[in-house]
Amino acid sequence: MSRGSFFSVARAVAWRNIHNWATNPALVIPGVLFPMFFFTAFAGGLSRIDNVPGFDYGAGYTTFVYGFVLLQAATFGGVFSSFSIARDFESGFSRRLMLGAANRGGIVAGYWIAALVRALTNIGVITVVALLVGLEVHGSGIDIVGLYTLAFLMNAFALLFGTGVAMRLRTMQAGPAIQTPAFLLLFLAPVWVPYDLLTGWVQAAASVNPLTLVLEAGRGFLAGDPTKVLPAFAVVALLVSVSVLWARGGLRSAERVA
Amino acid sequence: MSEVALLAQRSVVRTLRQPAMVVPSLVFPLLLLSINTSGLETATHLPGFPTNSYFQFALAIPFIQGALFSANSAGTNVASDIESGFLNRLALTPLRRVSLMLGQLTGILALGLIQALTFVVVGLAFGDGIAAGPAGVVVLVLLSLTISLAFGAIGAFVALRAGNGEAVQGTFPLFFAALFLSSMSLPRDLIETDWFRTVATWNPVSYMLEGIRSLVIEGWDAEALALGFACAGGIALIAVAAAGSALRTRMVRT
Amino acid sequence: MSDAAIETQGLVREFKKGPRAVDGIDLRVEPGEVYGFLGPNGAGKSTTVHMLTTLLPPSAGRAWVAGHDIVEDGAAVRATIGAALQDAALDPYLTGREHMKLQTALHGMRGAEARERSDALLQRVGLVQAADRRVGGYSGGMKRRLDLALALVHRPRILFLDEPTTGLDPQSRSALWEEVQRLAADRGVTVFLTTQYLEEADVLADRVGIIDRGHIVAEGTPEELKAEIGRPSVEAIPRDPDQLAYTKQVLARFGESVTGSPKGASVRLSGGDAQLAEVVRALDAANIEIQELQLHAPTLDDVFLAKTGRSLEGEAEREVAAA
Repeated sequence: MSRGSFFSVARAVAWRNIHNWATNPALVIPGVLFPMFFFTAFAGGLSRIDNVPGFDYGAGYTTFVYGFVLLQAATFGGVFSSFSIARDFESGFSRRLMLGAANRGGIVAGYWIAALVRALTNIGVITVVALLVGLEVHGSGIDIVGLYTLAFLMNAFALLFGTGVAMRLRTMQAGPAIQTPAFLLLFLAPVWVPYDLLTGWVQAAASVNPLTLVLEAGRGFLAGDPTKVLPAFAVVALLVSVSVLWARGGLRSAERVA
Repeated sequence: MSEVALLAQRSVVRTLRQPAMVVPSLVFPLLLLSINTSGLETATHLPGFPTNSYFQFALAIPFIQGALFSANSAGTNVASDIESGFLNRLALTPLRRVSLMLGQLTGILALGLIQALTFVVVGLAFGDGIAAGPAGVVVLVLLSLTISLAFGAIGAFVALRAGNGEAVQGTFPLFFAALFLSSMSLPRDLIETDWFRTVATWNPVSYMLEGIRSLVIEGWDAEALALGFACAGGIALIAVAAAGSALRTRMVRT
Repeated sequence: MSDAAIETQGLVREFKKGPRAVDGIDLRVEPGEVYGFLGPNGAGKSTTVHMLTTLLPPSAGRAWVAGHDIVEDGAAVRATIGAALQDAALDPYLTGREHMKLQTALHGMRGAEARERSDALLQRVGLVQAADRRVGGYSGGMKRRLDLALALVHRPRILFLDEPTTGLDPQSRSALWEEVQRLAADRGVTVFLTTQYLEEADVLADRVGIIDRGHIVAEGTPEELKAEIGRPSVEAIPRDPDQLAYTKQVLARFGESVTGSPKGASVRLSGGDAQLAEVVRALDAANIEIQELQLHAPTLDDVFLAKTGRSLEGEAEREVAAA
């Protein structure tokens, strides 16, 4: 008879996912490389944007871009981690987890822990690179804690959203269904210029995109000028809460066919 | 039907029967074009920016992104033939290797043509037209096809050399890097960061972008066109030769 | 120039940093014969087939297929052979009919001739209904049948089949066997068939070559090879499982122990099937109540065991366990 608790299940699932990820370069490298490309391309290639009239971000363009790339790495880290859930369903391994785990909520928690470890690694590498190419951090210790808290909450939201999709679709076809909304959420936002300098339909989209608040708050922390902090955390907390329910619904859906 | 036509037909048919390969190669670049245009329109206010419309400036980018998807598609199709043993089946027929190569390349060009025409139509519909006029459109399509051929042949080479699809997928980040470390987002003379500008100057993708851009924004710029065709054509020649050599090794027959 | 359908002399294939996959094979297959090449995984069967079909150059030795040297005259070899190799080698995005169209065209058939040939072969392998569906949706058996049809497009005189029924259900396997037998009997096609299934070699092959670790260890008709071993084995399953060890002890004096059911004792009778009555008397004298008593004729696995000291079926089980 199984004596597995929520925590033992979470630990076991987390270990397996972290082990598989860490020993497979094809999984490690894209998570690190893509944000790094974005960062170097935009911080390097678009640095003159800070000469555009109306660009008044005090910490410089490199830091401005870093704010976006950090959230991108965190969000896509969660997205890629949820792919492993879809893969497990497609291969049939999820059935083993569903049958063996005494507490199935621990399965989702395990995936989340693994996602956190991946995000920590990716963010760590990108931050080191950013510092080497001139990242200026004007914020205090508390500001930095606030910044990374936002990042890890976005990671959790992305992972839980992806989990809900993966557990409902239960195949790798879930990939595009997870990636596309995440992509739109990230890019219909003030990515390269502040909100006020956006034009056309993207500005309209950014005005209703919750990520705009999160991005502006994050950039505020980096510049040592905290802005829209409460609304940003409120929005992220709401996103995480909704995604918890979404993921739980996905788990119920998966249990019906396990 | 000649061998080449037969294999070209197969190559085109199997590509078009994979919507997951074709549709993203059209939709994603256009979506990014739209987002980038809205996001970076203010960049046109920078002194020295060559046009008032970021759309006109950025229109060149989808042609390159489309070619990257071609590389992926070509490489994946070739890898699939190797892994399934279909290449061995072809090797047992009187088929000549050169016919197989040409047939494969025709498939790449077919997808490239669909992409080029789509992007030209979008450019004409939403932009300020192609400055070089109707003749310029023809040259633009030719340049775009040369670029597709270059990247597609690289994808085929990687697949023939490695013999599996994972290797092809593994090259995607490298292509991405080549695009990003270029004059993709700003003209080279407006790139402030020295190392980035140097890399962009050495990067042949910059010249491919600038060749297309010259037709869209300025009209006829012989130097930009010559450099664009030279870079795309040069890479295409090398990649096709490399793929041919890899095919000789892969499809060894006594 | 050889008048055999297939002939090899000292055929060798080495790979870098590994043992010789094929280590000096001499064989001869007469026209119209069905030759079974039997051996465990990794024995060198597929490597041999790849060399004979000109897909792999030999490292040493010579071979002729349809009288043509496989190295110097590869194109002529390919014109006379058909091959259905280990992978079904199909394009999942093409239909069965499109495969036939491609194959007929590559072999120089045009128009009505190509269409008629395609239709005839699709009919023959039972794929007319599925012909216009993409191969990606075919079952394993259907893919194998299409593979065989494609190999026959140009009416080859010699057909190479590399483990053609691996992974197929019993029904599909029987259907394929029937087709192979028909080809050989009705059309005089020489068939070179590799397999790891004893029954397949037993049923289909006129002659069998047993290959192990790159060498041919035995060759002959299935009956000749079994007759070499000559002796049947007897298997006794006691009603009381606790008497199993004692049963083995009693039987041990009639011959060497062989692999059988885990519930019973099996020995190869040193005196042949005439000893059966003695076995029954000995078991009776020992007061062992027998639930089941069977006499087995020698199998090709027994031949393999005698030649190599290992069981072919045991090799398969070990591979499954390792996997």
